[in-house]
Amino acid sequence: MNNFQPDERGYWGEFGGRFVPETLMSPLEELTTAYFAVRDDRDFQAEFLHLLQDFSGRPTPLFHAKRLSETLGGAQIYLKREDLGHTGSHKINNAIGQILLARRMGKKRIIAETGAGQHGVATATVCALFGLECVVYMGTEDMRRQALNVFRMQLLGAEVRGVDSGAKTLKDAINEALRDWVTNVDSTYYLLGSALGPHPYPLMVRDFQSIIGREARQQILEKEGRLPEMLVACVGGGSNAIGLFHPFLNDESVRMIGVEAGGKGNNLGEHAARFNKAGGGKIGVLQGTKSWLLQDENGQIALTHSISAGLDYASVGPEHAFLQSIGRIEYALADDVEALAAFQTLSKTEGIIPALESSHAIAHVLKIAPEMSPAQTIIVNLSGRGDKDVNQVQEMLAGK
Amino acid sequence: MENRINKKFIQLKAENRGGFIPFIVAGDPNLETTEDLILELAEKGASVIELGVPFSDPVADGVTIQASAERALQNPISVKGILEIVASVRKKGCETPVILFSYFNPILQFGLENFAEKAKDAGVDGILVTDLVPEEAAEFRSILAENDLALIMLAAPTSSDERLAKICAHASGFVYAVSRAGVTGARNETSSDAENLVQRLRNHTNLPIALGFGISTSAQVTETWKYADAAVVGSAIVAEMMRLSPDIKEVPGDFVERIGEFAGNLLPKA
Repeated sequence: MNNFQPDERGYWGEFGGRFVPETLMSPLEELTTAYFAVRDDRDFQAEFLHLLQDFSGRPTPLFHAKRLSETLGGAQIYLKREDLGHTGSHKINNAIGQILLARRMGKKRIIAETGAGQHGVATATVCALFGLECVVYMGTEDMRRQALNVFRMQLLGAEVRGVDSGAKTLKDAINEALRDWVTNVDSTYYLLGSALGPHPYPLMVRDFQSIIGREARQQILEKEGRLPEMLVACVGGGSNAIGLFHPFLNDESVRMIGVEAGGKGNNLGEHAARFNKAGGGKIGVLQGTKSWLLQDENGQIALTHSISAGLDYASVGPEHAFLQSIGRIEYALADDVEALAAFQTLSKTEGIIPALESSHAIAHVLKIAPEMSPAQTIIVNLSGRGDKDVNQVQEMLAGK
Repeated sequence: MENRINKKFIQLKAENRGGFIPFIVAGDPNLETTEDLILELAEKGASVIELGVPFSDPVADGVTIQASAERALQNPISVKGILEIVASVRKKGCETPVILFSYFNPILQFGLENFAEKAKDAGVDGILVTDLVPEEAAEFRSILAENDLALIMLAAPTSSDERLAKICAHASGFVYAVSRAGVTGARNETSSDAENLVQRLRNHTNLPIALGFGISTSAQVTETWKYADAAVVGSAIVAEMMRLSPDIKEVPGDFVERIGEFAGNLLPKA
């Protein structure tokens, strides 16, 4: 049995590591020590579980989407309802875990980056819960697309700082958060929101998100009496996907598919499909970690595109890169049009409006479920709810 | 060793002077002008020239150098193109040490061995990779050493003594001490952390120590020389370049001369 742990330098195979300015190395070492101290600490884990239950409402249900399954005429589709957790996405799991760690480390100021705003909202929420100062960096293009989440963060008492560099999206927000951290290392805890960045973040975020897969595994065994044939999740940085997949990695019969954003075309700049070599994906180093990366021939990081702000990112978590390299996880694409169609299909068929990010996973299920038998099951991670996207979708459907 | 960096620091020591290391971003406002600037800065007394490789995601840089990198990237720019201008200044007889200041990805994509060979052929003397810490540097260090190129390591006020020992074990040429926790950018005063860091580094290395981040005036250079072997001035010069040529397509005729004058004024008079 493989426990899929990184080595002590934070590498899974050739992916991961720590590529940061020297100033951040001592804080990262401090964070690693602090994290490993709580990882097996009963009191910490009990407090984490308590908040997941009483504050966030876990366990989230595993819902059998019968009408969708019947309509497609293939596999039975189960939705892992992360959209029902507090703040409306899986991001709260990691935010709760890391805020408890930040408190143990005595940090008073919390910074975070956000793409779609879901991680920013989750971070602002846990900061409000514990009365901690909160600064969230967000690309100005994402602020425009996700205006509702900006207001939610402000309501929760966070300061949202717009980032105007690059494409003004998630990658640029991470750059600015790293610059803040390097300047304020003593006082500040960087609450990174995806399974990305320098060690120990990819490991720590995955651990906190693995609650999704642990619950789902138990729930499907209770409901179906056996493991599913397939797991499907969207992959931006990759935290909801790794959270669902990880507890199933040793279940060899379970296929896992990560769905990247195909955007509006296959040329560099038109998508966020990092594993797509023809589209400009290549192994490289960005924001502290070695992984697959969309870049030009000179090693400059490419602009990306997706209708979904949460998937609009040039790199992918290093553990995903490793699991792709050994063939354990397959990666597929759903483009903007397919995701938008899936957004509407799930809304009408099941009465559930999914986030545009999660709609990419649904889109892939719409393609693959009909090819499977009704005796087979798929669990798809419904990583977030779509309320935040309703205005944007309305504009797109109106052809604006 | 024949390396120009070592020779330069031996010479500075013999003359009992501190070193002056100006920084510019290659390709801002364009590569031809960068070549002229290298020659001009050498002429004005630069001990070593630090040539920035522009990168799309410069997390260690403040707003000034970010903006300069963005200007440079408006034109296609490659590591190969940057090495060509270094080769060209060497052909013109300039013997001032040149080091590249880069993020890791552009070098990784160029190929580590390819880079070391081509950089040596071009007449580059060393490289500083801002996001390559000792734990990740072993392979690149040995490739560079085979080509007699220095790997300039950064040390920060947050580095523990254990880390400083690791950093110095990997360093060659000189050690770059970062004056404060933060990104690059001009300040009027140097942090008090700086002297402390330089003194701590002396316990771990006999290499020369240059101080950078936040040094922007001649007075700060003088102050730095009291305890460090050289001072790096980056953002102040880069800001002056952007002020003199706000549009990279309309570079004033006297631009290079005026930047030379500006940099020359940062060098304390003997």
